[in-house]
Amino acid sequence: MGRYILRRAAQGLFVLWAAFTIAFFVLYLLPSDPAALAAGAGGEVADVDPALLDDLRARYGLDRPVLVQYVDALGGAVRLDFGPSYQSGAPAASLVAAAVPQTLLLTGVALALAVVGGVVLAVASVLPRSRALRQVLSALPPLGVALPTFFIGLVLLQWLSFRAGLLPAIGNVGWQSLVLPAVTLAIPPGAQLAQVLSRSLRGTLGEPYVETARAKGAGRLRVQLGHALRNAAIPAFTMLGVMVGALLGGAVVTETVFSRVGLGRLTVQSVNAQDVPVVLAVVVLSALVFVVTTLVVDLLYPLLDPRIERASTPRTVAA
Amino acid sequence: MTATTTGPRPPEEIEVADREDARSILRYGRARRPRAAGPAVGRAARHLVRRPGLVLAGLVLLLVAAWATAPTLFASGDPITGVPADRLLPPSAAHLLGTDHLGRDVWTRVVHGASLSLRTTTLAVVVGLVVGSALGLLAGFLRGWVDDVVGRLVDVLLAVPSILLSLAIITALGTGPTKIAVAVGIGAIATFARVMRAEVLRTSTSVYVEAARASGSRWWTVLGRHVLPNSSGPVLALVALEFGGAVLAVSALSFLGYGTPPPTPEWGSLISGGRDYLATAWWLTTLPGLVIVAVVLSANRIARALETTGEDQ
Repeated sequence: MGRYILRRAAQGLFVLWAAFTIAFFVLYLLPSDPAALAAGAGGEVADVDPALLDDLRARYGLDRPVLVQYVDALGGAVRLDFGPSYQSGAPAASLVAAAVPQTLLLTGVALALAVVGGVVLAVASVLPRSRALRQVLSALPPLGVALPTFFIGLVLLQWLSFRAGLLPAIGNVGWQSLVLPAVTLAIPPGAQLAQVLSRSLRGTLGEPYVETARAKGAGRLRVQLGHALRNAAIPAFTMLGVMVGALLGGAVVTETVFSRVGLGRLTVQSVNAQDVPVVLAVVVLSALVFVVTTLVVDLLYPLLDPRIERASTPRTVAA
Repeated sequence: MTATTTGPRPPEEIEVADREDARSILRYGRARRPRAAGPAVGRAARHLVRRPGLVLAGLVLLLVAAWATAPTLFASGDPITGVPADRLLPPSAAHLLGTDHLGRDVWTRVVHGASLSLRTTTLAVVVGLVVGSALGLLAGFLRGWVDDVVGRLVDVLLAVPSILLSLAIITALGTGPTKIAVAVGIGAIATFARVMRAEVLRTSTSVYVEAARASGSRWWTVLGRHVLPNSSGPVLALVALEFGGAVLAVSALSFLGYGTPPPTPEWGSLISGGRDYLATAWWLTTLPGLVIVAVVLSANRIARALETTGEDQ
């Protein structure tokens, strides 16, 4: 057990290092000149006073060879120091840290909604006796997967805030302001979960032990919840890491639509301003979240299904 | 796993293809899906008649492709300049999807926007397909350290949510439709590489590949003539699926404002433009949004059909 966690932690560290390295070279070596970006000239060197450029290069350490910069940046990242933001001059890491709580709240609520909604919808789409009702309910998850997040947000805003006046349209104050963004964010991953889970449930319902349960007189609901669901849940459970990533990505759009303060909004602002250190910090943070989530999922597998031994834990993410 | 059920033996003439069949034969005395044995065209026609949703999905994609190639056939008006007197009109017979704040017909803008949106999406899928399949092909065929390196790269690409990956690339490259396409395409590389690798691994261990090797074919001949054609099925299904995903990603990025500057019509920025009129003009966001939903739904439906045909074979 201990050795397994150590090995997984080493793998996770490798992924983090590689994510940092790829993001660093993409962000620092591509056409735009970081110093010109920092000067706010949209990467056009010609428009900026050369003395200012030299000064900025010296301040951000951009006048040194790239490898020296990389080693320095990597050393900083290990100490959670991603350098000063080009926009505000404040440390990028603390800007990110300040934005995390609001996004954590939003994605946490959305994750809960997505899991509950997804499981309920999946069970509901195989449970009813009526074939027509089952077909209608099974059509919902593919529809949810096809909805763009910003579209869901705008439609909810339009009908529930502006027309009906039920919930506030923008801002971070109070639980009411959390409802619409959380629902918006939860719909696509929830629908994806429902899709995977209902497919897996349909497969499980053909298994011999389900027939045995039926033969012994268990009702439809009991067969579903008591026998099939736990076994069918494993492929859906594998998706959790991907779902958390999707929520983090979806927060970028959702926070923009609802003008909420948070990590997604910070990311959009930083991309607009080509604020490289902040973008780098966000990328590494999202990789960290993914690594931790998949590790937790893998550690929880044996609890869900005792047949899974840790040595043969699936390494890959959901299909 | 074969069916090892005790009970009445199926009659000899019934073909038992899988466990599902075996069970239904035991229960009902016949196979679940009667296997049609007719000419290929007739079979395909029957296949489609029984799936009206699939036909509809194909028609939607054909219609949108037609919008993209010949927009003036479907909307003769001018998508850029409007008639100020007709501003913010709700949908009517004259303006099917209403008009926007400059008096431009929304239907015309949606039809003319198809070209740019679909070109961006297609380029994104091509980038993902070409780079991802090449990586997966090499990893699955050469194995060894190439496989290890590609595997690690895929792990890393999967660890960062694709929209954040795209945003990082946009930070470096700047904005514009082509850059959006590249950014979205790079986000799709990992999935293509993984599926391609799995398929190549499956194919390379088959008897005909072994035979080709044994008869002295060069490795690139084996790859091009035997492995590649037989590995492409699931990758094609993935192309359809990723097309739907890329429509969503491209429209999200242009909604955030990283696509073309305003007057040019594009689906994501069209919806973004309607944001200021949410309270008064619902048609500006809802109706173009439904077009995107229809396209993504159709692409996903076709992807599902391709996946199941692959399984049947």
